Formats: sequence, C-alpha cells, structure tokens
Amino acid sequence: MAVPKICGIETEYGIVVRGAADANPISSSSMLINSYLGTLEGRRGAGPSVGWDFEDESPGNDARGGDLRLAAAPEVETHLVNAVLTNGARYYVDHAHPEFSAPECVDALEALRYDRAGEEILLASMQAARSVLPEGQEIVVYKNNSDGKGNSYGCHENYLLDRGTPFGRIVAHATVHFVTRQIFTGSGKIGSEAPGTRRDEVPFQLTQRADFFEEEVGLETTLKRPIINTRDEPHADAQKYRRLHVIAGDANMAEVATFLKLGTTALLLAMVDDDALGDPVLLASPVHAMHQVSRDVSLGLALPLSDGSSATALEIQWRLLAAAQEYASTHGLEAVGQAVGEQVLARWQEVLEGLERDPLELAGQLDWVAKYRLFDGYRERHGLEWDDARLAAMDLQYHDLRPGSSLARRLGLERLTDDAEVAAAVHQPPPSTRAYFRGRCLERFPDAVVAANWDSLVFDVGSPSLQRVPMLEPGRGTREAVGDLIDAATSAEDLLARLKA
Amino acid sequence: MPEREQKKKPAPQRRDDEVVEEEPQASESGTKIKAELDELLDEIDDVLETNAEDFVKSYIQKGGE
Repeated sequence: MAVPKICGIETEYGIVVRGAADANPISSSSMLINSYLGTLEGRRGAGPSVGWDFEDESPGNDARGGDLRLAAAPEVETHLVNAVLTNGARYYVDHAHPEFSAPECVDALEALRYDRAGEEILLASMQAARSVLPEGQEIVVYKNNSDGKGNSYGCHENYLLDRGTPFGRIVAHATVHFVTRQIFTGSGKIGSEAPGTRRDEVPFQLTQRADFFEEEVGLETTLKRPIINTRDEPHADAQKYRRLHVIAGDANMAEVATFLKLGTTALLLAMVDDDALGDPVLLASPVHAMHQVSRDVSLGLALPLSDGSSATALEIQWRLLAAAQEYASTHGLEAVGQAVGEQVLARWQEVLEGLERDPLELAGQLDWVAKYRLFDGYRERHGLEWDDARLAAMDLQYHDLRPGSSLARRLGLERLTDDAEVAAAVHQPPPSTRAYFRGRCLERFPDAVVAANWDSLVFDVGSPSLQRVPMLEPGRGTREAVGDLIDAATSAEDLLARLKA
Repeated sequence: MPEREQKKKPAPQRRDDEVVEEEPQASESGTKIKAELDELLDEIDDVLETNAEDFVKSYIQKGGE
C-alpha cells in the first residue's frame, strides 16, 4: 500500500526594488520578510522570533548512495532571515530570493490552497515593506522562474514516498512524467535561455524551466540541473520514508495548472510505491525531449522511445492517465485522498481532451495557453515580432503579484480555491499533517518555542535543558490527534506534560 | 472579472476515433474567446509597464535554489 502522498510546494520569488536600481536582493528579501513579520507582532502567536533549527538539514545526501556523490553538497545558509509561521510554513531568504515553503498537506487541493496563501503572504509583505522603504521605492515580487537572461530560480515540489520503493523505479517512471506533463504544467516563456540556442530560434515555449535542465539524474539544483533530483533528505523517519524533491516544474499562476501538477504527480508516485505501473515508458533522450516538448507549441512532436517506437507528449500523458484510471479501480485512491484523486482524474482527462482538440480552449486554465493567446493577440494587434520588448515585459508582468498589475489575475483564470479559505490558510495550518502541531504550538506558545524545523520543535520551558519534540511522522500531530490537547494546555510546559501522559 | 464557468463535458471515449469533426460549437466559442481577448487587450494597455525596454533590462535575478 502506497504511503499517503503528503506533499507541498516551495517557491522562490523574483524580487525587484523599483526606484532603487542598485538594491541588493539579499537585503531587499530580508527587508520584505521582516516587514511582514513586523505586522504579525500584535497578532497572537505570530512566531516571528522563532528561528529555524538546522539540526537535521542535510541537502547533500544522495538517494543513489554515498559513493555517487560527485557534486559539492548544497550550502545551508544559517545566517539569513528564517521564520516559521503559524500556518506551518517556513518563510525565509534563500540565496537572493524570498522563499515560501508551504506546510505539508494531505492532497493536491490543500497544497494548492497553501501555495495561494503563500502568494497572499508575499503580497502582504510587499505592502508592509512600503512603510519601511524610502518614498518612491517599492518592492515587487514575481512568481516566475527566470529573468529571461539565463538566471533561474525554482518552484520545487515535495512528495512523501515509501523508503522501500527502489529509487531506480522512481527515476524510470517519474522522468517521463516530468518531461511530458509540461504540456499542462508549463507557465510559458518567450524566447530561449538554453546554452547554444539563439533567443529568436524559439519565439515562445511552454515552460520557464526546461531550458535549464542538462542532466537526467543528479544532486544539483543550481547548475547542471537534473530532471530527477536525488537529494535524500526525508525530513521524516528515514527508515520508513523518502521525500522526492522535484525541481523540474514551473511556478504557476493558474490554479488548475498547480492542481494538476501536484495531483497527477502524487498519483503517479502512489502507483510507483505500489509498483502498479508495469514497464516504464522510457524516452530515448530525456533531456533533449524535455527541451523539445517545451518548444513544441503544436504538441505534435513525436518523441523517440528507447524501444524504437515513438510517441507525442500528449499520447504519453494519455497512457499515464489510463494507468491511473486503472489504478483507481484496482487500488483505490486512498493515498492521494479519494475525493481529490477523483477530481484529479476527471480534470486530467478534460485537459488532455482540450489540448488534443484545441489548446486555446484552455486559455482560462493553463498558464502557457493563457500567455500564448494574450501575447499572440497583442502581437497581431500591434504588428510586433515575438522578440519585441513589449512582449518580454508582458511575459514578466504576467507573474507580478500585485492584483492591479498582474496580467494573470486580469485574465480571470479559473479558480479552484476561494478567497476565504486562502485567507484562513495564511494563518492556520492544514489540519491533517504534523504542520498542524507546528503551527498551533507557534500560535499558542510562541515564547516557549525556541526553534522549529520540518521534523521537530524545540521548547524552552524554563527547565535546565531545552526539550526537543520530534515529529518524524508527517501524518501525526493532526488536529484530530492533538487539537484538544493544545486547546486545553495552559502553558507549553503543561502541553509537554500532557503529550507525555 | 467573473470566474470562468467550468466546462462540464460527458466523458467521451478517449481518442480511438482520431478524426475529429469540426463542431459548430467550436467556432461559436471561438468568436466569444476572440471578443473577450479584444476586450482584454483594450484594457491591459493601461496597466502595461510604460517603458518596456528598461523594465525588461533591469529585471535581473541572482541565481537561486
């Protein structure tokens, strides 16, 4: 039985300080986040003073085993702003970007809600920063993955897997999904940033990220990016679990795209856990295929497979959908949430049908289609070439988070969340993972929690030593299990005593 | 802008019959989509960055991840 596909999204946002040409992105990102944390101080249990606990960070561990570790271990930056929020998220400066790592969620719909809550938090941060910045300056953040000049920043997904699932099986099945799901997960981009490709060779492509992928499998996330990232850092009981850290996706503005990105991948990985997929569809040349799929707006390109046959990305997605429908009838969809799993299957089919008939039908659902339709319409109206600066500007402005400026918001893309639930998710944790315990402890006892990370909380309750509460089971610490205890506890000390009882 | 109404289609058999006939509906919705796009294009001119070239040039991000 597949382990529950607990999942979440981490997004690095692009950041610009308008009115200050030489602004340092690290200090701007810090100011942005600190400004937001400042607005929480009056709020009960905001937790801005709680630091991140780096005890269990080991991004250099490789899922293929120690001998294969060829790359330098990624750096863990411990000195920058690093906050834990009452909704269970981590909000911090990563390299030169503000990053929002959403809390662990039980299904794709919940993870979408927290991804959207992240946007609201960034928006609130921008507003808060205005009161700190000099007159005439404004911090603006963009939910995209590239500056159009060869610099990329990530939107990573995380999925819980069974430790017993062989890594090779994950690689075999996930690679082809990551290459072909681009037809609905892509956020669209004008031009190309791939080494050796002229910008004008590619007027428009499906994804922001494909240009930056150079390897099939590897540990890197910043250079020679691999389709399958081998970072083996489960943030959970390593005897029982893996975490698949997926770096091959775009940040989406369209909720349907985010939902399908998470939903189809969680389903595929549940099938991988259960070894329910049979022989994998193997691409003859995955990295090349990733670039090709992204550049094929017609969706008609046949990709060579290693058995000598060929198939389009759309045909491969139909095969994966058929396998998932079969899996639903033989195994059920418990691992991804039954109701949400059914919603994923239905939407997956609708989107593939739409892409097959006429992609433009999906201009209200998928980012790349929305962009293509908008840019092409603008181009025709004004008689522009694809490499016109006005289109490049629109390509960035699509991802602007300010509601008045965001072209994505202006397009009126279909919603799967509503404003009230997103607003609640800004402060409240998801109820059915350990994020609930993390978030609620921060809300109720912010002064007693001295540090937090994904798999533990450290309390100072005045006793000689600090007390670490391990949370190695991502599915424990839920509202059902500890909600009453946390509500009833009169202090952190009392809570710890009740937990031991 | 109002939310787009979710299209509910009966789940057809998938793609066994490759020949898709032109549905009269498609051109109808095509016209509607075109009208919506025109309206949108009229509207967004007001919010587009005024100096596109400078804006694009100054949008530089240091690496991440």
